This record gives sequence, structure tokens and C-alpha cells, in this order.
Amino acid sequence: MTLPVEKPLPPKRPEFERTAAAPASFGDVARPLSFGERLWNNGAFRKTLILLLLIAAWEGYGRYMAAHGNVLSFPTFTATVEALYSGIVSGVIPQRLFVTLQVLLIGYALGIFLAAVVTTVAVSTRIGTDFLSIMTAMFNPLPAIALLPVALLWFGLGTPSLVFVIVNSVLWAVALNAHTGFLAVSETLRMAGQTFGLRGLNYVLHILIPAAFPAILAGLKIGWAFAWRTLIAAELVFGVSSGRGGLGWFIFENRNLLDTASVFAGLLTVMAVGLFVEGIIFRSIEKRTVRRWGMQRG
Amino acid sequence: MMNATQESAEAPVVRVEDVTLQYKTPDHLVTATYKVSFDIHRAERFVMLGPSGCGKSTILKSIAGFHPPAGGEIRLKGQPIRQPGPDRMMVFQEFDQLMPWKTVLGNVMMPMLSNGVRAAEAKERALEVIAKVNLGKFADVYPHMLSGGMKQRAAIARAMAMKPDVLLMDEPYAALDALTRRKMQDELLQLWDDIRFTLIFVTHSIEEAAIVGSRILVLTPHPGQVLAELNSPGFRHEERDGPEFGALCRRIHHMLFGDGAKQ
Ligand SMILES: Nc1ncnc2c1ncn2[C@@H]1O[C@H](COP(=O)(O)OP(=O)(O)O)[C@@H](O)[C@H]1O
Ligand SMILES: [Mg+2]
Repeated sequence: MTLPVEKPLPPKRPEFERTAAAPASFGDVARPLSFGERLWNNGAFRKTLILLLLIAAWEGYGRYMAAHGNVLSFPTFTATVEALYSGIVSGVIPQRLFVTLQVLLIGYALGIFLAAVVTTVAVSTRIGTDFLSIMTAMFNPLPAIALLPVALLWFGLGTPSLVFVIVNSVLWAVALNAHTGFLAVSETLRMAGQTFGLRGLNYVLHILIPAAFPAILAGLKIGWAFAWRTLIAAELVFGVSSGRGGLGWFIFENRNLLDTASVFAGLLTVMAVGLFVEGIIFRSIEKRTVRRWGMQRG
Repeated sequence: MMNATQESAEAPVVRVEDVTLQYKTPDHLVTATYKVSFDIHRAERFVMLGPSGCGKSTILKSIAGFHPPAGGEIRLKGQPIRQPGPDRMMVFQEFDQLMPWKTVLGNVMMPMLSNGVRAAEAKERALEVIAKVNLGKFADVYPHMLSGGMKQRAAIARAMAMKPDVLLMDEPYAALDALTRRKMQDELLQLWDDIRFTLIFVTHSIEEAAIVGSRILVLTPHPGQVLAELNSPGFRHEERDGPEFGALCRRIHHMLFGDGAKQ
């Protein structure tokens, strides 16, 4: 049995016509954002703010520890900055940083070069695709640092071992991302490029690489992060080679000397470099490319 | 302005002979068109008309050189088509045909630069066509900030700036509002009047076919086969309410949907 339902009718309302106001009469149709709005839209600014809060908390906790007679295990921020300052002025930290960055850049560049080769083979042949997918499946779950003992066995104590480990941390991440990026380039974009008469290397340079750039950049970022962490860890494990230690060695050395402030200064340097590269270098690349092109949100 | 028809003793620009087009998917063989034949002559405005899914886009992609026929042959100026090339610029149906990493201006200049046009001349020509498709204010904007219709207009500008011998257009105005569509149709006809390229135009709208085309190829529903080839005298938008326009549209409608269908 159905209940009798009242069927609603649309209300009768009066009609009207009006002339639209000229756009000029209601102020800005489009206006530039105010300085404050732009500042708050700036990721770097927001992150700096959070960093400052963290530093304040650190200093507070360090002082609390010092007040309870425990200076050794947790230095204050100011003590760390002092250690950092004297480390920089004496030239020790810059020199250690230089050693680390040198090895890192060699490994990173070599890794990217090999990734380009592997990706090219993977994109152009089916067996190459299979090779890449097997290699990444094998090496992805393996922290590159775990290869260090093998590397030491093969290349001995020194830069080649470090480079080998870094290459392994960069190569697979970059190659996998770039390959995925190439596969995802839309059919329409490919066809459009071909109607322009682009072929071979020109086609790769002008269509495939820019179209896959978001994925390639993501790969470069992951590769960088892997490489940086792997290298510091490797340096902590085997420290100096031919009297030239890197940042990891600096940290290890000062722990042995029970100079906690310098250990923290070393850690801070590691973080600062990481932040600089990830937060400034890669971010500005992103801003100029994938974000500007609307290929990535941000 | 239109249809200075002449007996053409000339060989056709494009000759499509018994072309069967197929898609091979992992578990299906889809026949998109079956034994389609037609000729397209120089300076013709050749419209392919048919219901959605009848294989219009596939034929166009085949002429562009992307989709080799499973049977039959397509010849361009007597030569079998082997690969895509800048002599056949194509405006695709999809919205993602612009390079997202280039501005509208950069996109329009790109095919010219790839084909040896000097940068200064390319820029001049690009700005001219960009103004023609009403995107003058957006020349320096990246595609992701444009609406679907604006992207389509930018793609049309990109193809037109190349002044190709053959211009292929796949439902280029389907995404536009009626007013813009009408303007773009007029713009296209004007451009055709200026440089008399060969236009191959795909649409599923009978009225658009009658307005844009000088010759209309009517295809059956999937798989596409040729139903008819008709001449259109070249209607202006003002003539839409006239008896001739109505008669042509009704004739095509009748062909496609038979008696029972209502207009
Ligand atoms: N990439 C593809 N793979 C398999 N089948 C396809 C593909 N593209 C189109 N088809 C099929 O081919 C037929 C014709 O498609 P299409 O040429 O796009 O039609 P139209 O442009 O006339 O709407 C359709 O039945 C469609 O399902
Ligand atoms: Mg289509």
C-alpha cells in the first residue's frame, strides 16, 4: 500500500532582467596576491618557520639536560653551533664535506649515466625491459650499503668502493622511474611529435624526455636521497682512506673523542646539505619545470 | 567564395583503396573499417561523417601514417603512405595533444622550428594564427591553464601555422560551445579560401558536415563502410534555415538512421 504523497510544484517567482555592471565597477577582476599571501604560499618560508620552532625546542631540552648535570649526551643548540662554527673556521668541516661531496658527485653522475644507458636499452628492446625489471626487483629491497662488504672485497678500502655502492643506490631508482615515465607518455603526444617530423634522437630529446620529466626528476630525487644516506653510512663504517675522511668519518671520530657537540655539528652539516639539495636545488628545478607546466601539483 | 568546382583531370591527392583497418588487442581483433574506398582531390574540403565508433578517427590516423591498413592501400600523391610527416598536419580529437612544457606560442612554433623555419619568421607566423583563433592574450600561457576548447584552438593554430598541403582534423570543434564553433568554422573556411589546402575533416555532426564540407563521405555504423559520397554547395551559416540546407541534412539523416528515426 502506498501512502498518498503530495507532489511538490516549483514555486512561481517573478521574472526580472537587469543589465550587468561594467567589470571596472567592482574593482579587481584579477589582482596580484598580496605580499603576505605570497609569503605564505612560499613552501621555503613555511618550512623555515617549522625549523625555527624545532631549534627552540632543542635549545630548551639541551639546557634542561645541562641543568641536571648531563652535558655529554645532549649538547645545546648554541654549543652545537659553536662547534660547527669552530669546525668551519678551522677548515675541518669544509674539507670533510668536500671529500664527501666529491665522492658523491662522481657516484651520482656515473649512476645517472648508467641509468640513461639501461633505460635506453629498456625502452628500445623487450629483453632490455625484462632485464631492468629483474634488476630493480632484485636491488630495490637491498639497501645499497649492504653491498659495501662485497665492494671492499673487490675494490679494497677507498673511493672506488664508495662509488660502487653509490652507483648501485642511484642507478636502479633513476632507471626504474625514467622507464616508467617513458611508458606513460600519452599516445596523442607521441603522435603529435611524429607529425612534426621528429624522429630518432630529436624525438627523444624534444618529446619523450620533457614528457617524462616529472618521473625522471622524481627518480633523480630518490637517487640523490639514496646516494647521500648510503655514502654517510659507508663513511661511518670504514672512515678514512689515504688520510682523507669525509663527513661520516668526522662524526665517528668525534664520537670516539666524546665530543658530542662536534658529533651534532657533523649531523647538522649532513642535514643542512640534504636540506639544501632537496629543499632548494631540486625544488627550484621543480618550480621552473614540472610545476610551471602543470605536470605536478604544488 | 566557395565551390568553384571544376572537372578535375588531376590525380587525387589521397587515394584510399579497399582499406580495411583493424586493431589487434591481446584477446580481440577489432575491425574498425571494412573495404573503404574514396579519392580526395586537391583543395577539396572532404568531410568524413558517421556515427561514433564507425572508424573515422582510425581512417584519419591511417592517412596520417600512424595506422597501417590490414588490407588495401592508401596513397598520397601516388606514393604509399609509410610514416607520419609534416606535410600532413593533424589536429587530434584528444585534449592532451599540446606539449605541456611549452607555452601556446612555443607549441605553435614547435613544428615550424623542427622543419627549418627561422625562429623570427616562425614567431611572426605563430602570433598571427594565434590571434586568428582568438588566443592572442594567452600566447605566453602554458596549456594546463587553458580550457578544453582553448587547447583545441591552440592545436588548430599549430597545424594551420605550418600551412600544410593536407590538413587533417578529427572532430576539432566537438568540445567548443556553439558560438565559438561557428566562429571557428568560419575561420577555417576563410583560411581555406586564402590558401586552398586540402582539408580532411572528421565529424559526427550532419550540420557541421554540410557547412564545412565540399564533399561528404557518409559511413555506416561500426565497422565503417562507405554509404555515400555527396556534394555540398558550401553553405554559409545564414543559409542554415534555407530549404537546400535542410534538404541535404535530411537526406543524410535518412541515410544514417532510416525512416523510423525522428529528427
Ligand atoms: N586502440 C584501440 N584498440 C582497440 N580498438 C580500438 C582502438 N581504438 C579504436 N578502437 C575501435 O575501433 C573502432 C573505431 O574507432 P574510432 O576510429 O575511434 O571511431 P570514431 O572516431 O569514428 O568514433 C571502435 O569500435 C573502437 O572501439
Ligand atoms: Mg573519433
